[in-house]
Amino acid sequence: MDFKLKIWRQKNREDKGRFVAYEVKNISPDASFLEMLDVLNTELVKKGEEPVAFDHDCREGICGSCGMVIGGRMHGPGKGSATCELRMRVFKDGDTIVVEPWRAKPFPVIKDLVVDRTALDRIMQAGGYISAKTGAVPEANAIPVPKPYAEEAMDAAACIGCGACVAACPNSSAMLFVAAKVSHLALLPQGKIERTERVLRMIEQMDEEGFGNCSNSYACEAECPKKISVTHIARLNREFLRAEVT
Amino acid sequence: MTLESKTPGGPIEKKWQTHRFNLKLVNPANKRKYTVIVVGTGLAGASAAASLGELGYNVLTFSYHESPRRAHSIAAQGGINAPKNYANDGDSVYRLFYDTVKGGDYRAREANVYRLAEVSGSIIDQCVAQGVPFARDYSGYLDNRSFGGAQVSRTFYARGQTGQQLLLGAYSALSRQIQAGTVKFFQRREMLDVVLVDGQARGIVVRDLVTGAIETYAANGVVLATGGYGNLFYLSTMAKASNATAIWRAHKKGAAFGNPCFTQIHPTCIPQSGEYQSKLTLMSESLRNDGRIWVPKKKGDTRRPESIPEEERDYYLERIYPSFGNLVPRDVASRRAKEMCDNGFGVGPTGRAVYLDFADAINRLGKHVIEERYGNLFDMYHEISAEDPYKVPMRIYPAVHYTMGGLWVDYNLMSTIPGLFVVGEANFSDHGANRLGASALMQGLADGYFILPYTIGDYLATAKFPPAKAEDPSFKQAQGEVEAMVKKLISIQGKRTAEEFHKELGRIMWEYVGMGRNKEGLQKALTMIPRLREEFWQDLKVVGSANDLNAELEKAGRVADFLELGELVAHDALHREESCGGHFREEHQTEEGEAKRNDKEFSYVAAWEFAGVGKHPILNKEPLTFEYVKPSERSYK
Repeated sequence: MDFKLKIWRQKNREDKGRFVAYEVKNISPDASFLEMLDVLNTELVKKGEEPVAFDHDCREGICGSCGMVIGGRMHGPGKGSATCELRMRVFKDGDTIVVEPWRAKPFPVIKDLVVDRTALDRIMQAGGYISAKTGAVPEANAIPVPKPYAEEAMDAAACIGCGACVAACPNSSAMLFVAAKVSHLALLPQGKIERTERVLRMIEQMDEEGFGNCSNSYACEAECPKKISVTHIARLNREFLRAEVT
Repeated sequence: MTLESKTPGGPIEKKWQTHRFNLKLVNPANKRKYTVIVVGTGLAGASAAASLGELGYNVLTFSYHESPRRAHSIAAQGGINAPKNYANDGDSVYRLFYDTVKGGDYRAREANVYRLAEVSGSIIDQCVAQGVPFARDYSGYLDNRSFGGAQVSRTFYARGQTGQQLLLGAYSALSRQIQAGTVKFFQRREMLDVVLVDGQARGIVVRDLVTGAIETYAANGVVLATGGYGNLFYLSTMAKASNATAIWRAHKKGAAFGNPCFTQIHPTCIPQSGEYQSKLTLMSESLRNDGRIWVPKKKGDTRRPESIPEEERDYYLERIYPSFGNLVPRDVASRRAKEMCDNGFGVGPTGRAVYLDFADAINRLGKHVIEERYGNLFDMYHEISAEDPYKVPMRIYPAVHYTMGGLWVDYNLMSTIPGLFVVGEANFSDHGANRLGASALMQGLADGYFILPYTIGDYLATAKFPPAKAEDPSFKQAQGEVEAMVKKLISIQGKRTAEEFHKELGRIMWEYVGMGRNKEGLQKALTMIPRLREEFWQDLKVVGSANDLNAELEKAGRVADFLELGELVAHDALHREESCGGHFREEHQTEEGEAKRNDKEFSYVAAWEFAGVGKHPILNKEPLTFEYVKPSERSYK
């Protein structure tokens, strides 16, 4: 298959950036989107040009490193998969594909398609944990968890921290990301003890980083590679309200 | 070089307890005066850094990723073992110890394996307290499943994402310590050397991957938690950035490398489909519980699988191993698949695949049951191959998955360089010649949460530390060497990319140092690898600058190290004139084609010492004795 590409190139944080057009030929429909970019990059290197920089690692949709806006969609067309899982067969031969980095103020571009998502780590550091010191814990089965709660906690905990929800949101909100962690821990008995502080600190940090608020567009859920539901945002709101009034 | 394993005496079930008591302690008020560097933030690194931070040490932790949560432990699917005996099926610490020593084909240190089994229960306790959402049954208690190489149900799991959930647990503990200020995290930094002062590991040299700055950091001790070297083969189930640079450069500074030829090939991966392919995707071992593996009886049969009648199919694992059938261990299943394809029975467009067929299971149990058990795996396969495994059999082929070898460590997890500790897959320790399923997560977390925090304290309490600062000449010298290497890589300006050299090396390794090895092939590899290395240093092309985010430059440095490590792996495989676990020498097999160990001559750990690039490495031996689990032939017939 042959494709025309329009890829965002930006030297560094300060550079204004621009789209550059490329062409790739003879791409196997079974190749992944990142493998298609590998082919392009090898050609660029051979010509002595700088390859397109992008974050990636596991290439099986779990590490959360990769992420780009492909044809206006987070992680490209298709539901429930990260950029690395996207296969070229979903495109038509001869398609023009526009590729951009995540666009959000709290995610400054480092280079080309690579953005700085450390704001998400700082939110986690503010309170996205249960304070269980190594060794100072009870026997595992001393904390039974009703199966439906455990399952729902797992649904939320599946978040890979890629930032697609932020990039998809018209307000650049990180509510789905924060909600996934708050909800995961609030559903479990182990997480109840610190629930008040946790939600307040995480929200405070989220605001400080410059993420916006939720206005119920649900774009985050639609673009989430792990299909994390916005019902977790409802739980986040409830946890927040509860914390505010207690 | 003398190898002192420091294995404590006494009965095996008392060794760790006694040893822990004998370890010297650092006074709580003094802990913050000691700085510990931890490189890598996977299960072993994150758990070690968090635990050391909680104890009060001053911890500096480094990753080439933007966030600690991106480490490749995140991709582990199946589960984590612990002999809790929740299933009431007769499990015990001793049984897990026994299974692991046997599964490793009697090439691991008994005392280490026993300790691993002993602390594994505490790992589950710890993870549950952190909020890891393990699978539960309707009572609300934890659920278990069975896994290869064991006859009890002792595997804890969180859907097909156990590694992710355990890593996020360790990451949350680490995040808490970062917030508390006991741990400082340095993102997008790649370790490029270890700094020795008076023979002790006292710091590291890193490259800031965004600015290109070469920086040095000083400490009292250095912990490497940098994972395995499976990417030596180019195509593997490893993440793209996983590399051997940290352990290899430590090796060149004096750390012995243990059993480098012990590499694990996982039998059920999605086969390669083209030259463009950048990695292989693992399909969980659990699929072999219900899938039947077969090839056509006729060579080069190109009919669609559904039009090949039952009597013209060869269910070869069931035929050769009537009692274990499709559930033989990983090494056996992989070798047989390769043999079938080598003999012309392979299927698919490349002929390098065998069928894994669920038709019988679907008929017997119904589609919904299969969907419930393996739904996410079937979806993943469908997405990658564009074939529906509910309708046509999957095509699978073995792929490099894990490396049992790694830097040699003593019972305290310290390498042959004083002050340099190695944890997780990066060390050689507990799996012998073959790792059992659901044991990698267990070892990474055992090392990080429950072993290293004690043993490193003993070192810090007893070693003498002359002042060492990042401005000292030894640091400046190491920094200068790294800068020179970076400059050299960029200045060659040849014609071939690092990726092309890596692929070429991978082909040599897979062909001659892969699943089946023989003297002639290994000797061939030993002439091909140095030749390729020479070409690399003459014809490498790296574009861009050293003062910028430059993925080509990063890759080039890693490939340069693989080109040296590959030779060591081949040397080790050539010298080990026996077959054991993942190391299969074709000259050493039983009449039925099974691995034939030579306990008399090879019951030892091969700990190799670096002698210079292209020079024959120096072999040191740590004899292995088996007081508790008596070596026997592994039979699965």
